[in-house]
Amino acid sequence: MELKEKILSSFMAFEEKIADVNSDLHDLRISAIKNFENKGFPTKKEEAWKYTSLNAILKNDFSVFPKKENTIDFADVKKYFLNDVDTYKVVFVDGKFSSYLSSTTHDGLDVCLMSSALDKPKYKTYIDEYFNKIANTEDSLTSLNTAFSQEGAYVNIPKNKIVDKPIEILYFSTGSEVALMTQPRNLVIVGENAQVQIVERHQSLNENPVLTNSVTEIFAQKRAMVDYYKIQNDLQTANLIDNTYIAQKQDSYVSVHTFSFGGNITRNNLNFYHQGEHINSTLKGITIIGDKQHVDHYTLVQHATPNCESHQNYKTILDGSATGVFNGKIFVEKEAQKTDAFQQNNNILLSDKATINAKPQLEIFADDVKCSHGCTIGQLDETAMFYMQQRGIGKKEAKALLMYAFTSEVTNSVKIPELRAKIARIIADKLGVNMGFDI
Amino acid sequence: MLQIKNLHASVEDKDILKGINLEIKAGEVHAIMGPNGAGKSTLSSIIAGNENYEVSEGEILLEGEDISELAPEERAHKGVFLSFQYPVEIPGVSVTNFIKTAINESRKARGEEDMPANEMLKMIREKSELLEMDRKFLSRSLNEGFSGGEKKRNEIFQMAMLEPKLAILDETDSGLDIDALRIVANGVNKLKNENNAVLVITHYQRLLDYIIPDFVHVLMDGKIVKSGDASLALELEEKGYDWIKAEIQ
Repeated sequence: MELKEKILSSFMAFEEKIADVNSDLHDLRISAIKNFENKGFPTKKEEAWKYTSLNAILKNDFSVFPKKENTIDFADVKKYFLNDVDTYKVVFVDGKFSSYLSSTTHDGLDVCLMSSALDKPKYKTYIDEYFNKIANTEDSLTSLNTAFSQEGAYVNIPKNKIVDKPIEILYFSTGSEVALMTQPRNLVIVGENAQVQIVERHQSLNENPVLTNSVTEIFAQKRAMVDYYKIQNDLQTANLIDNTYIAQKQDSYVSVHTFSFGGNITRNNLNFYHQGEHINSTLKGITIIGDKQHVDHYTLVQHATPNCESHQNYKTILDGSATGVFNGKIFVEKEAQKTDAFQQNNNILLSDKATINAKPQLEIFADDVKCSHGCTIGQLDETAMFYMQQRGIGKKEAKALLMYAFTSEVTNSVKIPELRAKIARIIADKLGVNMGFDI
Repeated sequence: MLQIKNLHASVEDKDILKGINLEIKAGEVHAIMGPNGAGKSTLSSIIAGNENYEVSEGEILLEGEDISELAPEERAHKGVFLSFQYPVEIPGVSVTNFIKTAINESRKARGEEDMPANEMLKMIREKSELLEMDRKFLSRSLNEGFSGGEKKRNEIFQMAMLEPKLAILDETDSGLDIDALRIVANGVNKLKNENNAVLVITHYQRLLDYIIPDFVHVLMDGKIVKSGDASLALELEEKGYDWIKAEIQ
């Protein structure tokens, strides 16, 4: 049976098991699965998927539900957490919540489970107001997630609350199934003047194939500040489709940093929608991959209101036969006068077989705006290599130092010091060197 | 210290050096002057091991050992230092971290342990004071946003830290105002001793007012066409290079 058929028939079983308190949710799931049924998985014929083919991975016989609940020891997965700092934690193992590994709260803010939020009447007003409100209902993969959405992180920060420690959202796959597909669903609501930092990570623990189709909706109210970090450093058998939708109100600031260091196919659909003036949206990313890995960043910033700014900065280093895609779309509506939109995408190819497809897409309908983009594709600077070697630094270390320097604009803007150190360690590890100092 | 014998070099099939002979003994300061395009910077790059140039003939000996086949970092480990005309910017790596890495890489290559942190700090303090560098400067990203003078001062700071046997200063005076020139030259003079040597590559005589050379060589069209003492530099400053051209012909 083809995966699509399997998914459609599994949906019936899934619906029967779920007793939705909220009948609107039931309707939502039904219309979502219909959209997925009509459109199916995206193919390379679609412009948005021109450079990323899911064909090969869809041949796996993915289970749509894990057959049993699996547990893992903290000691085995400790390294995937931020260790040197206290955090709230929402942890899932094969799509199921792990209370043992988590550290949730309802004390002054909600950091808990999507399933509770969907099931319990006390959250109904929030679910009615926010759930699936900015996720693209036309997108087939987002619809697929909506149809099966049940588990994930639910974060609700009330007005004026400055969250005292970062929130970690972790999804582990144990590989106890031959192949597993999961549909994590996160909802993040950040109230007026509230501030929060969130780190999200998906991690396979063995080499059975995994396909994660994740949807995250983030709502930033007036003057809210949100820093969201995605760490993608998964095994070669893990595939991730990340669909993130962000709605921002007046004077809010949201940054999303995406660190793509591993996985088989990784697709990041990152969408920002402006719903007020003086909004700042920041999108940054570092991609360092090799072998036959593939990472596709597909960003959209929808400038719909005047006096807002957006900054994009993506750095890519490709080795082996790796392929990278950067498609950055900036849409400036007629009303969005005085928009300041900037996009920067720099790529380094270390091998003749590596490929990057870089495509800035600016559609501007307002006449008083500042929009610019810059894209470079190159090799390592030979003069800089010679300079460092002249100072006694070996070729390998010099290369690593240069690549580190190349990515530093993005690493330096990570606001959690422990995370910044962790990212630097991962980069050093990817580059196969010990830098000899803390970077 | 350094012996260059009949050195020929080319880049992309264009001959640039056409038979250079030069001997620099420990304790000496030599200057190479010459018009633009004579091959001055090429010579310094080749001594340091820049792989963009093809050495077709000749030898480069450092303390009697032929280094012409060694990688740039191996030459650095043996004590060759080149102060760049255009130092490279490396964002995200501080001056301090860069010099630490450079020193410890050289020590590692010589089979030594890393320099202890307190020793390193003490040395950084001493040498940065020698070059009248602001402490804040040390935590800035290497050369990023530095003025011309700051870049050159930083080069000499690195030279002071690495304590090379042979220091080549490639157009170190370009882009320096008179105060920076004095500080840089003063730094070089203090580092100078009977066990090391300095090769100054320059277009103008100006720097040689501060770093007095024992020998001055004129490089023209890939060859050393005239050598003399410090007075030759003054003569060049006054009369330009045309009279030498006439003399050769």
